[in-house]
Amino acid sequence: MHPFTYVAPRTLDEAVAVLEQHGERARPFAGGTDVLVQLRGGRFDLDAIVDLKGVPEATSLDLNGSLRIGAAVPCYRIYEDSAVAAAFPGLIDAASLIGGIQIQSRASLGGNLCNASPSADGICPLIVHSTVAVVQGPQGERRVPVEEFCTAPGVNVLGRGELLVALEVPAPARGFGAAYQRFIPRNEMDIAVAGVASALTLSDDGATIASGRIALAAVGPTPLFAAKASAFLAGKPATPETFAEAGEIASTEATPIGDMRGTAEHRIELVKVLTRRTLAIALGRAQSNR
Amino acid sequence: MTTTADRPSQEFKVVGSRPIRHDGVDKVLGRAQYGADLKLPGLIHGAVLRSPYAHAVIKKVDVSRAEAAPGVFAAITGDDMPVTGSKVVDMVEEVTNLKWSSQRVMAHGKAVYRGHPVAAVAAVDQNTALEALKLIEVEYEPLQAVISLEDAMKPDAVIIHDDLVGDHLGEKVSPTNVAEHTRTEFGDPEAAFAEAAHVLERTYTIARAHQGYIEPHSSTAFWSPDDKLSVWTTTQAPFGVRSNVATVLKLPLSDVRVVPMEIGGGFGGKIGLYMEPLAAMLSRKSGRPVKMTMDRKSVFDATGPGPGGQVTAKIGVDKDGKILAATADIRYMAGAYPGSSISAATAGIFACYKVPNVRIDAYDVVINMSKTAAYRAPGTPQATFASESLISELCETIGMDPMEFHLLNAAEEGTRRPDGPVFPRIGNVACMEAIRDSEHFSSDLEKSPDGKLRGRGLATGYWNGGGNRSSVTISVNDDGVVSMVEGNPDIGGTRTTLAMQAAEVFGLPAHDVHPTVADTDSVGYNDLTAGSRTTYASGQAAIEAARQVVEEIKKRMAMIWETEPENVEFEDSVFRNKVAPDQRLTFKEAAGKLGQTGGPVSKTGTVNVRGSGGGSFAAHLVDVEVDPETGKVQILRYTAAQDAGKAVHPSYVEGQFQGGAAQGIGWALNEEYYTSPDGVMQNSSFLDYRMPTALDLPMIDAIVVEVPNTNHPFGVRGIGETSIVPPAPAVGNAIADAIGTRLYQTPMNPSRIMEALANKRNGKNGH
Repeated sequence: MHPFTYVAPRTLDEAVAVLEQHGERARPFAGGTDVLVQLRGGRFDLDAIVDLKGVPEATSLDLNGSLRIGAAVPCYRIYEDSAVAAAFPGLIDAASLIGGIQIQSRASLGGNLCNASPSADGICPLIVHSTVAVVQGPQGERRVPVEEFCTAPGVNVLGRGELLVALEVPAPARGFGAAYQRFIPRNEMDIAVAGVASALTLSDDGATIASGRIALAAVGPTPLFAAKASAFLAGKPATPETFAEAGEIASTEATPIGDMRGTAEHRIELVKVLTRRTLAIALGRAQSNR
Repeated sequence: MTTTADRPSQEFKVVGSRPIRHDGVDKVLGRAQYGADLKLPGLIHGAVLRSPYAHAVIKKVDVSRAEAAPGVFAAITGDDMPVTGSKVVDMVEEVTNLKWSSQRVMAHGKAVYRGHPVAAVAAVDQNTALEALKLIEVEYEPLQAVISLEDAMKPDAVIIHDDLVGDHLGEKVSPTNVAEHTRTEFGDPEAAFAEAAHVLERTYTIARAHQGYIEPHSSTAFWSPDDKLSVWTTTQAPFGVRSNVATVLKLPLSDVRVVPMEIGGGFGGKIGLYMEPLAAMLSRKSGRPVKMTMDRKSVFDATGPGPGGQVTAKIGVDKDGKILAATADIRYMAGAYPGSSISAATAGIFACYKVPNVRIDAYDVVINMSKTAAYRAPGTPQATFASESLISELCETIGMDPMEFHLLNAAEEGTRRPDGPVFPRIGNVACMEAIRDSEHFSSDLEKSPDGKLRGRGLATGYWNGGGNRSSVTISVNDDGVVSMVEGNPDIGGTRTTLAMQAAEVFGLPAHDVHPTVADTDSVGYNDLTAGSRTTYASGQAAIEAARQVVEEIKKRMAMIWETEPENVEFEDSVFRNKVAPDQRLTFKEAAGKLGQTGGPVSKTGTVNVRGSGGGSFAAHLVDVEVDPETGKVQILRYTAAQDAGKAVHPSYVEGQFQGGAAQGIGWALNEEYYTSPDGVMQNSSFLDYRMPTALDLPMIDAIVVEVPNTNHPFGVRGIGETSIVPPAPAVGNAIADAIGTRLYQTPMNPSRIMEALANKRNGKNGH
């Protein structure tokens, strides 16, 4: 491993300055559950890692109707906050699923997003919650919808000197429900063969879907927002038939490869099944949120 | 646990009890010294540069920049290895070409597997060593990689070793990638098939699977200026390492001392040499002790898993379901050098049955992947996946209950194993009956509440077990506690099982025998901890040493009591004068009188146990649930019955049954080398090499069957390996029962199950 400097800034400006100075030779560091493994695995060399855990904006978790999750907030803080857990069960599905207990005490949803893995468990639930990524850089702040954040496997929109500060999750509307499920061959310690997050908002009649969002993991180069399947849901009755059809449509938006984790054909089938299953859970949550 | 014994045998005091293991406290407190824990004064750290290609000519290796880097002490390449010439030698675990043994640990001129060592460096710390690897310049000329049976065996195949001379049914053949083709025949199978009421033939593909021990290999060497070499290593075979290191490095045998470190799992994968000779050469160059530890990727890429391959099996039965004939064609991919346990596969594939007419062809084929090694009952789980899957399908075809089929055809005492040996007293039928009589077998498989598919599967398995050479030395202390020095690295609690057998002779509690695993200079010769031999064979050496100690103390008592030694008897840990019955001393009292009666008592028991380990049979029953929408398989319930002869420590025996079942379930469901067409393993991490976790397995119910082994004083059989043999077919048979179609390939992972279900919907079957 190439020797690198550990920097622990206290302010966003400091962090941005160090990142700008080193460019691609520096990375922000939250839990380190990806970046340290990648460094040790020789994926890349760094001259500096910039620990965000001393930067207040990156470590705060604020619930005020909407939810603001600092980029370095570890998963356990999200699921152990009972108010957050009650309001955002669809995010908890992912926060309590990523890794084991030890990993969850370090790993953050922000890091999960920046790592930009197509199979990330954290990203699809953020997408269906219409989450916005708050980015700070040399030119100041900019805001990026999460579905536009990842651009290729392991690649994101962050430019030189930029870092993810926080994730802003809008307050769930009345009648909103969301869920995430992934398929793994074992019961733990696995990367998703495919994953689906679904969200829907019920109309006042409690039976019609006003709007819906579906996002797909591990079936494309990035986590995918399934635009057609999402649009299809609007105005449809919240029934198993609708969910099955949404799954069929979502499966046409998936572009999986076959690899050691599963075949492309299997992944397509899983998108259909998991879309159905997550929509059914989302519906249950939506009904209890009216 | 249920124990069944078909006759009241000997009475035991210690054997059959469950004492806490002698090494338990050290292991629980983290004080046990595993390979990588070793610290020595002046220790430096080695690292290996490995070939990124599965098959390539190495045109140039230049280590000069690495050698010159700050903190680097030494660098070596294939040119530094003393042996490069061709010579066939007996390397303890295999007869092999010495050149290959040397080249396997360090490439010379050609890399023949991905991960093949090309150079190595030693530096002040591990990171400096790893960075120095980047300064080594290697010029490769990549060649086409041969990674399938088809590619290796086709007429115009790319040849991996120009100097490989194959033995094809006794004929010398070159060039070839088929190192060996053997045939075992008895009777006239073709005539018997012609008369059979039913004949079924199927072909099965089995994936290469790694032992997955938690502890990576770690070896340290110090080459002293007087040319004496010390090696500390994680090995199942310290004496094998001694002899093989001496041969490869051209050293006199006794100038090499091997210290076996505590071992974090081996399962057969820690027998051969890996980094020991490299650490030795780096130590010789640097004058320092050199430690080398693999990372997980190197363990997967460059050590020896069990072979994958293809097995075609055929069985013919009469109208009652009695086996008339069986044939098999077994083709295993040995990896880059010959040696893939085809003889054990031949012995094991039909061993559970009476087969009057048989023919088994077996092929040992080299490919461009790391050389395979022993993996728990080497070669047998793969072959048994074929035979036990075939029998299950045959039973379906002829409408016969598998339990009935097994009991009708089961091999028993006097049955000729297909490759020749005649079985002594065995527990094959007893294991089947133990399953038949279990609560699991008599309980109905309940329907899934949510539309999932459930099924039940049964399979049997066999492993012979080895005997061979062992030495154990027992010394009596003044306080009546005895120390016991043995030479088998402790796998599965063998310190305790050997101590218990000695304690049984002395009538002492197990903890009054203090076992130590010694280095090769401190104990007589011991064959390796493998082949289910340690408790069985080294146990006999412990018994022999203990009996000699008792005989010696009888002489001492005779001196004290002024009588003849034959008048002294020893029973229940008490020495008595038969002539004067009031003269008695307990073992502990007698121990305090040895100093005055001729000095210390220390005896060595040596054995060379010939022939069979007695053979341990097993029958496994499993219930599975399949999600037809995702292909996921959940193991609901699992029962493993196996013959232990006599369980020395029943908890360890149960643990071996459970551990083997867990590994076999991994083979069945998810484990495989997922390899690119150019021979690069894609899933070389525990994340993607999917072994079952604790959350994937139910509590495995272990039934210890005890049919005494006539070859052991206490009736003990070697039991460590058989348990991995039945699981893959048992799980496969359960899946077939659940989904109504059969998979002919391991692993039976979710993608394949979905494909099988789709094929079934389209009216296709998988064979």
